[in-house]
Amino acid sequence: MSNAELAVNIDASPRYREWLRRERQSRLTVRAVQLALLLVGLVLWEFLPRAGLINPLFTSYPSAIWPTFLELLHGTPQMAGILTHTASTVLATVVGFTAATSLGTAIAAALWWWNGLYKVLDPYLVVANAMPKTAFVPIFYIWLGPTSSIYGMSLAISLFITVLMIYAGFQGIDPNKIKLAQTFGATRAQILSKVVLPGSVPTFIAALKVNAGLSLVGVVVGEFQSANLGLGYLIQYGSQIFKMNIVMTSVTILVIVSSLMYLAISWLEAVVMRRR
Amino acid sequence: MAELAASGPKVELRDVGLRYFGREGETEALRGVSLAVAPGEFVALIGPSGCGKSTLLSLISGIVAPTDGAVLIDGRAVTGPSRKVGYMLQQDYLFEWRTILDNAVLGAEIQGAPMAKARERAAQLLTRYGLGQFLHHLPRQLSGGMRQRAALARTLCTEPDIVLLDEPFSALDSQTRLALADEITEILRREAKTVILVTHDIGEAVSMAERVIVLSRRPGQVKSQHAIRFAAQNGGRLTPLAARNALEFNDYFRTLWQELDIHVER
Repeated sequence: MSNAELAVNIDASPRYREWLRRERQSRLTVRAVQLALLLVGLVLWEFLPRAGLINPLFTSYPSAIWPTFLELLHGTPQMAGILTHTASTVLATVVGFTAATSLGTAIAAALWWWNGLYKVLDPYLVVANAMPKTAFVPIFYIWLGPTSSIYGMSLAISLFITVLMIYAGFQGIDPNKIKLAQTFGATRAQILSKVVLPGSVPTFIAALKVNAGLSLVGVVVGEFQSANLGLGYLIQYGSQIFKMNIVMTSVTILVIVSSLMYLAISWLEAVVMRRR
Repeated sequence: MAELAASGPKVELRDVGLRYFGREGETEALRGVSLAVAPGEFVALIGPSGCGKSTLLSLISGIVAPTDGAVLIDGRAVTGPSRKVGYMLQQDYLFEWRTILDNAVLGAEIQGAPMAKARERAAQLLTRYGLGQFLHHLPRQLSGGMRQRAALARTLCTEPDIVLLDEPFSALDSQTRLALADEITEILRREAKTVILVTHDIGEAVSMAERVIVLSRRPGQVKSQHAIRFAAQNGGRLTPLAARNALEFNDYFRTLWQELDIHVER
């Protein structure tokens, strides 16, 4: 029934083969240009400072990143190794966005269950979401202490947007699907568990995607303020002693971490969406 | 009690009225509707759009309560959704995250019926409706007609006595529509279900039902009722496709068309 089934057993005509070849070529071209852009960026970053056009004190060099990484690998008696910093940041981020997604879903479900609650809280949620959460970093530090404030920021930064997104997803469920469940005598709890929640899986994935990025921001900003551990701390430390090598190496690791998280969620999405 | 139920109407509406309240005002959807449907009878409800035909089904299914009058099933007032009633909506509304078989057992699952038996029955029904090879497929892999047959299996899996059909073919193309109307009518007659069909399609009403009830414009009231009999039926019943070719078909069609009093409004 699907296109794939229709395509079976049709011998490829020369024109179709030509079309396939062009498709492939155009895909390869896009990839090549993407790679070229990256290389151009790295080359400029490497050679502009070397040519004296930019002060290397401000930018470091891409070629310095790997040696710096090795240098930071083992740490010192005063400071942990870079992998420990990375692990600390990743852990806080994963805990943050998992907590934000599950707590946000629970709150959205409560709002769905008690419509009056939603009507009352709606303006507060909208304002809470619009608030610049990073302004609360110092307050969280006082309230929660150095470690918990990082987790708190990571949660706070993505919680409200999650509630709003998932509640909107619940509202978007086709009312006729709910009506169908009602004709079988479904209770409110059954409507939630059999229609609304399973119907909102695409919304959960979208929320995870948003939250992974946001929580990482929350963690790094939290670490600027409070920690003696984490990539945010390392960036802060590196800039204070004017060692751009440390800053740039930490930023590079952040880029890799966020890409890996994005890939992991995309993989999860592909697995889940194969079922629909 | 059982004898009493067998002798009386299966479904009865006594002077039923329904009003909706909204910020813009009050809408009277139905007024003083009284009708009775005998056990095993196949009745069609037609009427101009917005006359409250679908609402009437929601009342019988117990998901909406009337503001006036009473709805009775087997002589008892309806207070909520009943296991005796199966409701087929305008579209299949199969859950895209469930396989066809899992969709078909949804009702049993909600009603807390024994699942092994329900799955067996659902598989039997689906196989009988030509979906035996698609039990573990997802809805998106099926055509419109197949999906609607899966929806029928979902409705009949809970073994209701009464089946409510709310324009069940309106989302299908016209060939599929005719073929499926034939098929579903056949299935429902064979299982001796009491059927109430809501449709805006006069041809569908005349070809499928034994009796056609015409509702007026809003607020919906029963305007007239027409028994549908074909000379060719010989004690049995014509299939909907055969009925469309019967001599009387056009007369019934014309009468109902005039009854509906449809003007193209500009």
